[in-house]
Amino acid sequence: MLRIINLESGYGSLRVIRGVSLHVNPGEIVTIIGANGAGKTTLLNTISGLIRATSGRIIFDSRDVTGLAAEKVVSLGCVLVPEGRQVFSTMTVKENLLLGACPRGKRAAGRADKDIERVYNIFPRLRERHNQLAGTLSGGEQQMLAIARALMSDPRLIMMDEPSMGLAPVIVREIFGIISRLRREGKTLLLVEQNARMALGISDRGYVLETGRIVLQGPSEDLLQNRDVQRAYLGRDLDAEIRL
Amino acid sequence: MGVELFLQYIAAGVTYGIIYAIVAIGFNIIYNTTGIINFAQGEFVMLGSMIAISLHGVMPLLPSIVLASVVTMFIGALIEVLFIRWLKSPTVLRMIIITIGLSILIRELALSIWGEGVRALPYFTGNEVSSVEIGMIRISPQVLWVVGVCLFMVAVLQGFFHFTLLGRKMRACAANPVAARLCGINTKNMVTLSFMLSALIGAVAGCVVSPITYSQYNMGTGLAIKGFTVAILGGLGNSLAALGGGIVLGILESFSVWFMPSAYKDAISIAILLVILFVRPSGLFGSKERMALKEF
Repeated sequence: MLRIINLESGYGSLRVIRGVSLHVNPGEIVTIIGANGAGKTTLLNTISGLIRATSGRIIFDSRDVTGLAAEKVVSLGCVLVPEGRQVFSTMTVKENLLLGACPRGKRAAGRADKDIERVYNIFPRLRERHNQLAGTLSGGEQQMLAIARALMSDPRLIMMDEPSMGLAPVIVREIFGIISRLRREGKTLLLVEQNARMALGISDRGYVLETGRIVLQGPSEDLLQNRDVQRAYLGRDLDAEIRL
Repeated sequence: MGVELFLQYIAAGVTYGIIYAIVAIGFNIIYNTTGIINFAQGEFVMLGSMIAISLHGVMPLLPSIVLASVVTMFIGALIEVLFIRWLKSPTVLRMIIITIGLSILIRELALSIWGEGVRALPYFTGNEVSSVEIGMIRISPQVLWVVGVCLFMVAVLQGFFHFTLLGRKMRACAANPVAARLCGINTKNMVTLSFMLSALIGAVAGCVVSPITYSQYNMGTGLAIKGFTVAILGGLGNSLAALGGGIVLGILESFSVWFMPSAYKDAISIAILLVILFVRPSGLFGSKERMALKEF
């Protein structure tokens, strides 16, 4: 579904992504883990077209989307739920959702009400707040709105940048439950997460990004068992355990 | 002061207030999609009326107003495409400086095209001396045109921004440009559209007020200052609040001539602008909640 070949990108002369290759198969949940500053957000922003790649190729659905503008990429069915939610805070919940349907063009306009009803079924709390300004929602509700808005574009691939950031553990579990549900409904997901244990727990495969390079990849269970991953990202100090 | 005179002052204040409000709404439209203040807004008003006056020499009133408004609208688009669109990092300060520069440029061009002469469109109905009696006051029929056309534009704009997809897209660009792009919205086109829209309503306003206020190459500056004051007074970005703010400022100005020299009339609006910016930057009608969600 998504194939990235030797991708390089960054800001100005600063190279953040240095030759990343990865792929996501249809129906998979793939997680990218990495420390702060490893380039996770830059990678997703480059795929979604917000940042232009300096070299390499991005293939979505056997179509080369490298260098395509963000508004074009999303209309092809590859949507990003950006870091920090980025809802339209001065607009109502319902308006946010209506705007989410924009990438599908005029066809979707007539079906918008039905689609909104569908995402309200996934996120009942948004239904209760449909006339409230998005900026007045709690962090968890804003994250749900950001995901719901992305769903309105009827995407095949959903990329999520740190969906659990700054949320209470109970909300994080709810969000991850929704991610699993989306996969069961046939969506493909690419996650970027600091919360490596939970993200790898629900995903099929994972990549470890360090200073702009993929240093490790494999099935999620293998990564969860990997000693380096455990030490660096899962907060387990194995050396200390062995000494005991 | 008799009741009649009092009402007459109120009527004059409301008329000017609505004129200011329509300029303020021009500010609001561009602010609402880009988050910047277009200080060339007053120049759109001037261009609309000056072009209409020139066209009126060769065609009837209505077509000349329509054509002038359309021409001004395309000038608005041209300005955006030439000076704003290609900017790589359009910071607020940079945009403000560019629009101030543009307003000077347009004014000087107007001076060389039309000269310093004061002109005016004819009264739409009646003439300078005809008047309509409403209750105890007598007003010029042109005042009714100004009030009617401006209120109509406010109503249409409200509907456009809140109930049409295109209007919502424009608001989305203001709320969060990155998220707007991720929703498939071409933000650059929306900015062009907002310049066209505010040039259009500025030009229409310029045409309807021309018979009362007269038109001159530099009429835009004063209107822009008043309009900006009203936009801030009401609460930046809110058209209905601009209407309220405009009427408040218009009435204050109109009564100010009663207790101080009329030369100080313009100082009133600047004083109000400063007081509002210090005391209540969200404006009279702006909600603090909404203001807190905006970055500028």
